[in-house]
Amino acid sequence: MFEIFGIPSMALFGQLLIGLINGSFYALLSLGLAVIFGMLNIINFSHGAQYMMGAFAAYLLLKFTGLGYWPALIVAPLLVGLFGVVIERTMLRYLYKLDHLYGLLLTFGLALIIEGVARKNLGSAGLPYVLPDSLQGGHNLGFMFLPNYRAWVIVASLVVCFGTWFAIERTRLGAYLRAATENPTLVRAFGINVPVMITLTYGFGVALAAFAGVMAAPIYNVSPQMGSDLIIVVFAVVVIGGMGSILGAIITGFGLGVVEGLTKVFFPEASNTVIFVVMAIVLLVRPAGLFGRRA
Amino acid sequence: MLDVTAPLLAVNELQAWYGESHILHGVSFDVREGEVVTLLGRNGAGKTTTMKSIMGIVGQRTGSVRFEGQELIGKQSNQIARAGIALCPEERGIFASLSVEENLLLPPIVRPGGLTVPQIFELFPNLKERLGSSQGTKLSGGEQQMLAIGRILRTGARLLMLDEPTEGLAPVIIQQIGKTIRSLKQQGFTILLVEQNFRFASTVADRYYVMEHGRIIDRFTNDELDANVDKLHEYLGV
Repeated sequence: MFEIFGIPSMALFGQLLIGLINGSFYALLSLGLAVIFGMLNIINFSHGAQYMMGAFAAYLLLKFTGLGYWPALIVAPLLVGLFGVVIERTMLRYLYKLDHLYGLLLTFGLALIIEGVARKNLGSAGLPYVLPDSLQGGHNLGFMFLPNYRAWVIVASLVVCFGTWFAIERTRLGAYLRAATENPTLVRAFGINVPVMITLTYGFGVALAAFAGVMAAPIYNVSPQMGSDLIIVVFAVVVIGGMGSILGAIITGFGLGVVEGLTKVFFPEASNTVIFVVMAIVLLVRPAGLFGRRA
Repeated sequence: MLDVTAPLLAVNELQAWYGESHILHGVSFDVREGEVVTLLGRNGAGKTTTMKSIMGIVGQRTGSVRFEGQELIGKQSNQIARAGIALCPEERGIFASLSVEENLLLPPIVRPGGLTVPQIFELFPNLKERLGSSQGTKLSGGEQQMLAIGRILRTGARLLMLDEPTEGLAPVIIQQIGKTIRSLKQQGFTILLVEQNFRFASTVADRYYVMEHGRIIDRFTNDELDANVDKLHEYLGV
């Protein structure tokens, strides 16, 4: 046991770990928001509800079909992503040419409906989701205790975030996406079916939220308001990183999770507000966000 | 019945609107296989809109656009591109978030018979040197134009539509683009060109259509150009 700045190492690294865990969720969720905003110009306010849907899907899959954590990690995002595809086809696509406000209102309304349905059918008390056996337990690293599941969340989030970044920034499909973000009309006139690409992008962004939801299920209670608790912070992360910036969303997500964790150690009273203070400062100094391009 | 004399592109009574404004009022012309046909006219005559209407990227259009005998008027722009028509837009449309190489490789191959990347570099040696450039829009205007033309040569499209490819470029670059168009014509490409600069057009075109107020008001071949110069000056207001 040793101390850093008068803080016991266990406490410091413990909070750092919690910061990284929270950062993993911030990164996954703000990444989905950034992908959706970049391509659809829609501020997806139902992102938190879709994250919650992922957690509930995992819970219901386990309860009614016996499908465990690992299959749920694939199946739940697919189901919720499909739900996103239906939303895009039937509602969102009529809003692209309108002001941002319309998309924001529609997705906010959807979030309220989804949460209401969840509360009515599943109750507002949280439901427990049992950790898979393979991820029970943990390791004592000497300076701190590292639970296996938390390590897995951080690694999985990093892999998914980096994989998404790679797919968008380094592949042919990603080049279509980036080009269509800039000039959809011209990309379509080259023979690419841009409307289908937009639909799938929304489905993918929503699936990312659901993936985060499944990963969150064993850590946090599965409850209808789990998304709305988180989404406000995630929006702050997106604003700090820069709307629509993929790398910005990832780095800012992890970074702010850590900042929040450290604040809990050094100045606990500010831990709930530190992200919003950072947001205010960033908006004053760089209105387009840390990684945003000035429009 | 297969009609061998049928034009590759036949535009008939084409009308187009941007929102409320009626831009094209019944445009009819055709382009035969292997020809270079130029649309001349002042700013706002409807030349660019004609190209966009063929490509399916205006708000609303009626009439007929037949390509290889296939009616395209009801099709979406991605289907029209797949039919074998490629557009090089006036504003060039180089993507800032794509590298030069990504810009070059962006348009998908719609049918066999397009140029290979080395063949494109033969036409535009400058592009090869700039391939590593991280951002397509960091190129000079001339290089961007070459990139915009070069990328549609890969696709295998049989009809290339070039919208004012010489606009705002230095004379030496204009010469290079003229050379390229002649070389493409030799290789069997069919080209529809929009130009304000009929001096440049006369070095590449087989035939001309003159547009005014969204209509074709005159037509002549390259051989008839000299006899029509005075009239053209009047049409173009130069």
